[in-house]
Amino acid sequence: MFELLGIPPQALFGQVLLGLINGSFYAVLSLGLAVIFGLLNIINFAHGALYMMGAFVSWMLLTYLGIPFWFALVISPLVVGALGMVIERTMLRPLHELDHLYSLLLTFGLTLVITGVFQNFYGVSGKPYPIPAALTGVMNLGFMFLPIYRGFIIVMAVIVCFATWFLIEKTRLGSYLRAATENPEMVSAFGINVPLLVTLTYGFGVALSAFAGVLAAPVYSVNPVMGNDLIIVVFAVIVIGGMGSIMGAIIGGFSLGLVEGLTKVFYPEASTTIIFIIMALVLLFKPSGIFGREV
Amino acid sequence: MTHTIEKSQADTPGPETQAMLEVQGLNGWYGESHVLHDVNLTVNKGEVVTLLGRNGAGKTTTLKAIMGLLKSRSGSIRFNGTELIDLPARDIARLGIGYVPDDRGIFGSLSVLENLLLPPKVADGGFDLPAIYELFPNLEERLDSYGNKLSGGEQQMLSIARILRTGALFVLMDEPTEGLAPVIIHQIGHTVRRLKKAGFTILLVEQNFHFARELADRHYIVQEGKVVDQFRNDEIADNLEKIQGYLGI
Amino acid sequence: MSKQAETTNRTTAIHQSRPPSDARARMTRHHMIVFALIGLFVVIAPQFLYPVFVMKLLCFALFAMAFNLMLGFGGLLSFGHAAFFGGAAYAAGYAAKVWGWPPELAIAFAVLVAAVMGAAFGFLAIKSRGIYFAMITLAFAQMVYFYALQAPITGGEDGMQSIPRNALFGLVDMSGDGPFYWMVVVIFIIGVLFMYRVIHSPFGEVLKGIRENEPRMISLGYQVQRYKLLTFVISAALSGLAGGTKALVFHLASLVDVHWTMSGEVVLMTLIGGMGTIFGPIVGATVIVTMQNYLANLGSLVLIIQGAVFIVCVLTFREGIVGVIAKWLKTRL
Repeated sequence: MFELLGIPPQALFGQVLLGLINGSFYAVLSLGLAVIFGLLNIINFAHGALYMMGAFVSWMLLTYLGIPFWFALVISPLVVGALGMVIERTMLRPLHELDHLYSLLLTFGLTLVITGVFQNFYGVSGKPYPIPAALTGVMNLGFMFLPIYRGFIIVMAVIVCFATWFLIEKTRLGSYLRAATENPEMVSAFGINVPLLVTLTYGFGVALSAFAGVLAAPVYSVNPVMGNDLIIVVFAVIVIGGMGSIMGAIIGGFSLGLVEGLTKVFYPEASTTIIFIIMALVLLFKPSGIFGREV
Repeated sequence: MTHTIEKSQADTPGPETQAMLEVQGLNGWYGESHVLHDVNLTVNKGEVVTLLGRNGAGKTTTLKAIMGLLKSRSGSIRFNGTELIDLPARDIARLGIGYVPDDRGIFGSLSVLENLLLPPKVADGGFDLPAIYELFPNLEERLDSYGNKLSGGEQQMLSIARILRTGALFVLMDEPTEGLAPVIIHQIGHTVRRLKKAGFTILLVEQNFHFARELADRHYIVQEGKVVDQFRNDEIADNLEKIQGYLGI
Repeated sequence: MSKQAETTNRTTAIHQSRPPSDARARMTRHHMIVFALIGLFVVIAPQFLYPVFVMKLLCFALFAMAFNLMLGFGGLLSFGHAAFFGGAAYAAGYAAKVWGWPPELAIAFAVLVAAVMGAAFGFLAIKSRGIYFAMITLAFAQMVYFYALQAPITGGEDGMQSIPRNALFGLVDMSGDGPFYWMVVVIFIIGVLFMYRVIHSPFGEVLKGIRENEPRMISLGYQVQRYKLLTFVISAALSGLAGGTKALVFHLASLVDVHWTMSGEVVLMTLIGGMGTIFGPIVGATVIVTMQNYLANLGSLVLIIQGAVFIVCVLTFREGIVGVIAKWLKTRL
């Protein structure tokens, strides 16, 4: 067996895989944030808490109702997305005309409430969620063994990212969304219901985070704070990729996960801070983000 | 929320005398500042009517108020008998009013085709794409270009073209000639005449008086947020000095 | 492009509008009354409250005021002030515990560390505005958090414990809460007076000008970025003053101090008290610290209540307590 810079290939591939899995979550979460930011111009701080909720809802579906993973993958995003729409209608809408910082503060408050509620009922210790039977086991790729569920996460994340990109860039609904992002007044002057579009968009972005949460449930323990620190890393991913850029979110998410994984191999001390260091460099040399348009 | 056009009025004969749009005592505010003062005007079916006036006289604001884009307004705006004053822009558009704004409102991140297809149909009988391409041949060549790559003239064409698809027969057009070359102004004039012939009713905001007098049936003069005078097109010659005084030319 | 401009325009809405000029004459009198009340409070408070509780209150009031300097007068919402507060707490703790420095030097070192961090983060973040600025500062603070989690000197999950207060100037023993209370009071008063002075200095006037109309100040030839950066550094340094002092009060610097929930808490204090008011953060800090103190045994309910207060304030009470009082009195507080 060859070695690369003194690193055994098994360890290298293992970290690359972990990096891609983290990158999958970064990509789906930052994609949701980017979609919301594009139209609403707000940063949804509650994204991490709603991701956690997505995981918890699937755990509750399984534990209380016996509903398996595959259904949870659909039901949980729908439930959390519906909650998101209620949040948008009742709380974010009244703030729409004000400074967008208020929306950030509001979603911060929501994060505390949602986290607190789950902590209150379920404590801080994690709840185990089994890997669905069809996805257990390991696949031999020749150069490494791939746990099937981990491969599944990456594939699902890629599919969801591509589908979202397609929806926004290639469909009629997506053109409404892009148009409303640019000039909501003009879109409403054509008879399109922009407030409804805003509600649906927020619901969709939030549903994406819940989807990531369901995917995460079998690999990370389901606990009330699982989204807390993750979301800030995702914020950094967004700054690096370029605020509101769909492509920036997707590519930035996967590649930064990968970079983080590789850092774990070569310089583990920096693995938790590397993304922030990259963010600092991006701010220094291209403040609008790698895929962001100059402002 | 749907508002159907009242059948009885739509069927009344005599297009010259039938008011399609009736604005009465329209007041409008931008925040604290009162910008429209008791505006009254009427547009009859099949007419081209212009709002003339200097910069900042309140012409664009009047169109925005009719379209529901000016949030703070009062008075009465009746379109085919339906009161618009409390309706949001999207419902007003659905009644069959097309809007061509002064900045043309082209979406830069959408292709020409996407821009064309964006406005939903609000009534039957709109132009189909071949008819639009016949009217604006250069748009057809640029269908895949993004809106922000178009020239000013092309943007203006697109801004008008996408309204024609919707089936709206009443169009608010805000300074379609602004900043464009004479050749293109000529082409737009031609388009407006074609539309009039096709049965469109147009309320046109203009600063280009010469453009306006070649197209319009009637003119309203707007000054400091008020309608201060009006002329039929055939009265223009006799009142030329007065009008030029109003417009400062 | 237009969106950017819109965001900039809206930014002004978050701040209290300027008072009518005829109120300026009365302004000083109102402020003197407030200062007298604060003075009275710190003198008699130890008679009926635990000194540690009052010291905690003073530290957080100072922290919130420092934060508000950035938001209310610099027009920028930082969501990463925990980095300065907590970073300084570790710095003071390290100086006192490892180097055995006296409290005044330990705290001075903490202020220096926070100022340097402020300069570094500010240099990178200051060009961005609004929510961008909030996100970037938040991310930098999280970097500090992750560093604190791993670094050998911070004690990781356990935090840096048993930080000694040592002797003031190497002479006066500060280990008792009695004497140290007065040191904290002095630090607090120096901090508050310094900020008051900054706000009412020509420098502060320029800041207000930038907040109201940045393009105009640029066209007048002001180096707007430099003013903002300097404000950020001052704000970070004073947050460090609060954090360093807090570490000595509790003999502890921990991950809680650098976590983003701390950044959120200081935003909440300022919001409740009144963003952009001078004394609002003190009131807000009092409300939150008191609330935490009395609800401490309710566990995660504290989080829920705090979040709910946040939501209610944002939706219905954006002027904050002092903002409302100032409106009643038709003055600026």
